[in-house]
Amino acid sequence: MWTFFHKLGSPPHFYRLSLLFSPWFAIPGYLLIAWGTYQGLFVAPEDYQQRDAFRIIYVHVPAAYLAQMTYAIMAVSAGIGLIWRMKLAHAVAAAAAPIGASFCILMLVTGSIWGRPMWGTWWEWGDPRLMSALILLFLYFGLIAMRSSITDTAKADKACAILALVGAVNLPIIRFSVDWWTSLHQSATIIRKGGPAMDAEMLWPLLANLLGFSLVFGAVLLRRIRTEVLYRERRKRWVRDLVLGDGAP
Amino acid sequence: MSGPALPGLIDGFGSIIRRDLLLLWRRPGDLLNPLVFFIMVSTLFPLAVGPDAQVLRNIGAGVTWVAALLSMLLSLNTLFLTDFEDGSLDQLLLSPQPLPLLALGKTVAHWISTGLPLVVVSPLIVMTYRLPSEVVPVMMGSVALGTASLSLVGAIGAALTVGLHRGTTLLSLLLLPLAMPLLIFGARTVSLAAGGEPYAGGMNLLAAYLVGALALAPFATAAALRISNE
Amino acid sequence: MTHILKAEQLSLFRGERCLFDSIGFALASGELLLLRGPNGSGKTSLLRGLCGLLEFEDGKILWDDVDISRDRQSFRARFAWYGHKTGFKLDLTAEENLAFESTLRAPSGLAIRDAIDRLGLNRQRKLPVRSLSAGQQRRASLARLLLSGVKVWVIDEPFTNLDADGRALVEELVAEHVAGGGMAIVATHHDMLAGGNVKTLEIGR
Repeated sequence: MWTFFHKLGSPPHFYRLSLLFSPWFAIPGYLLIAWGTYQGLFVAPEDYQQRDAFRIIYVHVPAAYLAQMTYAIMAVSAGIGLIWRMKLAHAVAAAAAPIGASFCILMLVTGSIWGRPMWGTWWEWGDPRLMSALILLFLYFGLIAMRSSITDTAKADKACAILALVGAVNLPIIRFSVDWWTSLHQSATIIRKGGPAMDAEMLWPLLANLLGFSLVFGAVLLRRIRTEVLYRERRKRWVRDLVLGDGAP
Repeated sequence: MSGPALPGLIDGFGSIIRRDLLLLWRRPGDLLNPLVFFIMVSTLFPLAVGPDAQVLRNIGAGVTWVAALLSMLLSLNTLFLTDFEDGSLDQLLLSPQPLPLLALGKTVAHWISTGLPLVVVSPLIVMTYRLPSEVVPVMMGSVALGTASLSLVGAIGAALTVGLHRGTTLLSLLLLPLAMPLLIFGARTVSLAAGGEPYAGGMNLLAAYLVGALALAPFATAAALRISNE
Repeated sequence: MTHILKAEQLSLFRGERCLFDSIGFALASGELLLLRGPNGSGKTSLLRGLCGLLEFEDGKILWDDVDISRDRQSFRARFAWYGHKTGFKLDLTAEENLAFESTLRAPSGLAIRDAIDRLGLNRQRKLPVRSLSAGQQRRASLARLLLSGVKVWVIDEPFTNLDADGRALVEELVAEHVAGGGMAIVATHHDMLAGGNVKTLEIGR
């Protein structure tokens, strides 16, 4: 087990493995999304309360899930990078941040589009989930800005890792504070999206999209890590062989 | 391999606080800047939204906290910057004392020089924004707890951005999202108190945040300092 | 007691550039290591890395054959660093600065006043460091080395801004320290301690 972990940490080995695995993420992922989206948009019945507006959850919920999941992945790999000095883990964190920020934006945009018919406004300050997501997006921006302002990669890695961990400790507090803040407002009545009382016909496409988005996310992440690894290892021999040679690392 | 006998841990902690306060004493102008900034920001709001007493009463708590947050943020930039520039940060990092304790010492000195003055002037907002005068103790207590947490969390950001170009902008970008819970807890506590509602919950949250920050932030600050000073 | 400081296979990159690759040395108590190399060859980085102010990309440092990464904290306590920056607060006097630092370290047995006397700054004792000349500031930070009472002095370009007297003083202090069983690592283009226990390390060629 340990040797496997150790081997995975070696960039050329990882590069080879990830090339091998990427299609296993991407192809089922896109198929699932295609099926789930078709089912969700055309087959699933209308919601009795939200009518067709609810259909945005097929994009919104996976985006929201992945926006947070990416932060978790980033924080864990940042911790691994700091503690075990594993360079690949830092590359993972570096590759993940912009993806997380994109999902965060997607979640905010779809949430706001959904809010228009539901609340009658594009932006409802009283909704705790929108607020938490907005702050999460700010955290991602901070991390991306931090990385781009330090030129030395090793230094940027460690600084961003600390910031990611500090953010991870703060996220539950931010979540809680926003909930506490909105619970004191009387005005915001939040309509619960989804919930356990969902029809199977509505639920299956959602689950398919969740899994599909996650798989595609995995493929995108792997691809970004590969790029990151190539860039970081550009001085090494195996990269030179790969770029100038026949393409087999 | 056991090193030579060290002076007590509290000695190093205490003496770095003393040194920073002595420096402040030599340049008392540094004490005034965040204070004047705080007062000026709180003057902006009535000018911007109009002198209506009811409106001012509603926004008083929020204004205090936005002004306090911004003024702490401005002063945090220099927390480690002068030490970095004159090389004394090198000496601190090389000292055999545990760095988290030294970082905590610097943070305490920072709070005494910026947070404490804000606590002292915060009743001004209560008076000028027509909040009921019973709010004064809540206002001062919440500002004290909140600014102390801000100093602690801010020190991490200051340590991460020390020596970077455009460090101030980056520092704000990093810290503002982290500081939002404090803004929420603090402002809400004061406005609950102003409305005559129970506010103990808010105070407890502020205190809990401070305890957590005290326990964790110095370690993160110390780690960040080692990285930034490379 | 004799100690041995060993460095093996140290390498450091800064962004694109490889500053140095696989360099090493061994230094025992009573020896001086002169570090030489052209500008930009990474002398300062090497010294800072030895003190523990930055991390090497590769390689290890051993103190009495124990890898220092096992106990960095007590390893750091054996080093005194004298770099380009004085490390002093400009608004405090040299005496106040040194008094502050001495509370952080184990006592060396030397009084601050005596150290300041030794460096010929007795008359400037009560002045803030800001009002001292560049050379006087350099002298004042030499007092730190004396007061630190540690085994290894790591010194970067000690002769900058110093007059003839000051340069002689640096040599004298280093010679005394080494003769007393200490080690010193000095980056300089000058020759020092001709005829003594001097090793030379060339980098960046």
